[in-house]
Amino acid sequence: MKIQIDKLDVDYPLRKDRGSLKALQGVTFGVQDGRFVCVIGPSGCGKTTLLKVLAGLEKPSRGTVLLDNAPISGPSAGRAMVFQSPSLLPWRTVLMNVIYGLEIQGHSRSAARGMAREYIELVGLRGFENSYPRELSGGMQQRVNLARALVTSPRLLLMDEPFVGMDPQMRNYMQSEVERIWERTRQTTIFVTHLMEEAIFLADEIIVLSARPGRVRMVLPVEFQRPRTSELKRSPEFHRLEDELREVMDREFLEAMREAVHGVVA
Amino acid sequence: MRRHAGRGRLLAVVLLLILVGLWELLPAIGLADPFFTSSPSRIIAAARWLFAHGFWKDITVSLVEYGWGMLWAIIIGVVLGWGLGWYGMVAGLVEPYITVLNAAPRVALLPLLILWLGIGIESKIAAVFLGAFFPIVFTVMKGVRTVDGSLIQLARSFGARDLRIFTTLAIPSTVPFIVAGLQIAVGRGLVGVVIGELLAAQAGVGHMIALAASSFQTDRVFVGLLLLTVFGYLVTEVIKIIERRLENWRA
Repeated sequence: MKIQIDKLDVDYPLRKDRGSLKALQGVTFGVQDGRFVCVIGPSGCGKTTLLKVLAGLEKPSRGTVLLDNAPISGPSAGRAMVFQSPSLLPWRTVLMNVIYGLEIQGHSRSAARGMAREYIELVGLRGFENSYPRELSGGMQQRVNLARALVTSPRLLLMDEPFVGMDPQMRNYMQSEVERIWERTRQTTIFVTHLMEEAIFLADEIIVLSARPGRVRMVLPVEFQRPRTSELKRSPEFHRLEDELREVMDREFLEAMREAVHGVVA
Repeated sequence: MRRHAGRGRLLAVVLLLILVGLWELLPAIGLADPFFTSSPSRIIAAARWLFAHGFWKDITVSLVEYGWGMLWAIIIGVVLGWGLGWYGMVAGLVEPYITVLNAAPRVALLPLLILWLGIGIESKIAAVFLGAFFPIVFTVMKGVRTVDGSLIQLARSFGARDLRIFTTLAIPSTVPFIVAGLQIAVGRGLVGVVIGELLAAQAGVGHMIALAASSFQTDRVFVGLLLLTVFGYLVTEVIKIIERRLENWRA
């Protein structure tokens, strides 16, 4: 799915005549079909807002967002979002959680079951079909969350810091998993993170957002061969890219701090 | 710990036997007046006599009243609770009335109910309903309002409309609340049936108790009392079993 975003502003109205909070300002970028794009930026820079706009859960205040040349009118079956928290239905088993999206999109339960099994296997949870969420670790729950989105075969996959709160080993493992799965599915993916290493490892292209209000600071292409393995993270090219990215992000951070101080003084 | 719990249970049985024994013994040796206290053997004899003389009919009448009253309370309570929890406008319209009615001492409504519906089973069904309805409607309403916001957003991201969100998220997450409401409601409903029958009735366990008490037949009063107690206990246990069945994803 091709994405074109042009001068996108998103404001959140504040309580009672206190104006509005600018979450995104003049965001402009494009994504070609079948690309893996990571969006990175300091916390509170509007990364999640950007995903919600693409998912159709949030409306642009100004500007245009086109998906395959058509404006977004709301959520639709062609897009799926993997939320930061696993957001599983606690009374449903793994299998029934994975078919939830399909069910909403009108598939019959029996057809959905077959499709779900395939994706449960893909995320490495075979044998856990009949487990309840509380019986799974955080990482496993997050993989159910991933399978639930993937099984709807979205043409645009939106992931909002899906590995937040996992320990580094699990995170590494999940990054490799997502890379491996994406090699097979190749759908357009927007992946939000605040970790540079994660962004470089996964992305074809990294979009760096500034501190609030979020603006596009830099678009950084990442041209490592695929399939990628965790070996890549130890290569000098990887580190060079990481340094480059760090420089931009550190500058961004300092600027944000300075602005915050100014804000207090003013 | 387990062994202690087992020993505790054993002690409870022993204590019960001692109490029942004393209840039998004290009137027998003249330390208590069986006219007031009755005794286990007298109660058993009274029960035999009652069951041989049409007590089943009283029990059936009470069960029918209780059953219909509970059924209506559950259906209307759950549906209205869902509606009140889900639609803010309905809540604004109806909730004040329910809150005020709930605060009113509903026992005082009974004479009015009997005036309106007569001394037949209808007024008792209404009494059961009034007792059981409120705890159900309030807990269900609360349950709908506690639906996880992140799950609603998830459903929306898949393109779910309100009705779909209601059926797949709101209803399942209210199940524990329905059971919790029911746990209170079964007791309140039982109070309703008994008070209704005590006040004015032609049949029923409560009616039998009222008749027996007015003719100083303490033994029969105790039969009714024990029957109601055992029934109340059994219904509560059934609810607990249902709860365990429904909640196996939680434990």
